Amino acid sequence: MTKKSEIKLLGTVASPFVNRVQFVLNLKSIEYEYIEENLAYKSELLLTSNPVHKKVPVLIHANKPPICESLIIIEYLDEIKPDVHRILPSDPLERADNRFWANYIDNKFFPLYEEMRVTPGKEGKDAIKKGIIEGSVLLEEAFIKFSRGKTYFGGDDVGYLDVVLGCFIAWTKFIEKNNEFKVFDEVRTPRLVEWVKRIWSHEAVKDVIPGNEVLVNFYMMLQKYRPPRAV
Amino acid sequence: MAGDKVKLLGFWGSPFALRVEWALRLKGVEYEYVEEDLSNKSPMLLQYNPLYKKVPVLVHNGKPIMESLVIIEYIDETWKNRPLLPIDPFERATSRFWAKFVDDKFVPLIIKMSSSTREQKDKVAEEAREVLKTLESSLNQNKPFYGGKILGFMDIAVAWIGIWAPMLEKIIDIKLLDEEYMPLLNTWFRDVLEVLVIKECIPPLDKLLAHYKDYYDRFMATKSN
Repeated sequence: MTKKSEIKLLGTVASPFVNRVQFVLNLKSIEYEYIEENLAYKSELLLTSNPVHKKVPVLIHANKPPICESLIIIEYLDEIKPDVHRILPSDPLERADNRFWANYIDNKFFPLYEEMRVTPGKEGKDAIKKGIIEGSVLLEEAFIKFSRGKTYFGGDDVGYLDVVLGCFIAWTKFIEKNNEFKVFDEVRTPRLVEWVKRIWSHEAVKDVIPGNEVLVNFYMMLQKYRPPRAV
Repeated sequence: MAGDKVKLLGFWGSPFALRVEWALRLKGVEYEYVEEDLSNKSPMLLQYNPLYKKVPVLVHNGKPIMESLVIIEYIDETWKNRPLLPIDPFERATSRFWAKFVDDKFVPLIIKMSSSTREQKDKVAEEAREVLKTLESSLNQNKPFYGGKILGFMDIAVAWIGIWAPMLEKIIDIKLLDEEYMPLLNTWFRDVLEVLVIKECIPPLDKLLAHYKDYYDRFMATKSN
């Protein structure tokens, strides 16, 4: 019997943006009801909750209107329960740095994965690989700066950037396998390689990370509804 | 705060630098404005923002902060007088959502408006109007500003459209801010841009028009070659 929760999360298990919200909900011990959406056949609830973007994740808290966009949801959760596992640091400059890098990851780095999928031909894909590798070096430098010698971007424990980047690990492993290259590599990004292992097994997210079969199915759906560009 | 050194690296024609200035002025923060020549970027800009090499950059006591909305939140959190974001977490989430919506949806369309054919331009303008209509739907008829009676985050994040849209309409010969279909939006922008602190740092509109028209003409000329 499931407890009727004050918080509902509309999501899809393959989405890293949904995963990161779940990661934060778990870290903060916030109970929630999870509703799985089939993105090929969006539910009435999703379409009315997010008429602007029609995307997941969508968070519905009690009888308030829905909140959309994963980074905005995360800051909202941090503000309604600030005393349990603070996600963003309290210092304004550190917050600004964290937000800057989250924007880089979401707007510059991760979109390259989708570019890889839709770009035809070896030459095109190689150019994207190069971009992803350059990005990984920037992220390694960012990790060194934020972690200050500790285990996570957030220091001793998981913080904002761990949540933001950490939920892309499953898709990272997927494109590495599909394209025969390494996004994170022991020589180029040694600290991130260690970090990936730690996040992958973190109790607040390990049950939320999708398995390979889920990703394969989602990938097939993307190939069908948003086919790669013609050569 | 005494002893604070605040510098803003900007470009007079940038709406993103402008909205940071609005935030600083509403808070009464003293700052040094440094004009960047974007065709010849200063070593200082390249040092502070090596990743994107873009303005605006806020430098506070030697530490750089980049990305205009990130800067505005930084300003709000550092100088706690006269809050820009609302106090309630849900209202904060809503303000952030609409600001991000405009940046993510409207800005790329402006860039696409330099498309080659008339039909493409009209199509992009139609998409842009849809975005503005969605923004219109978020406005409350009874409140002059988004946050209520005083200017807030959302107003300063978005009001640049009230300047740039009319200008683009003239340059590209399209309709964006349709008074008939977006009455609340038009009234809202007019009210925000009338506030003295906002008005006094808007660049001269004829200079802005000439600058963007020149940029557009040169860009279109390269496309037809």
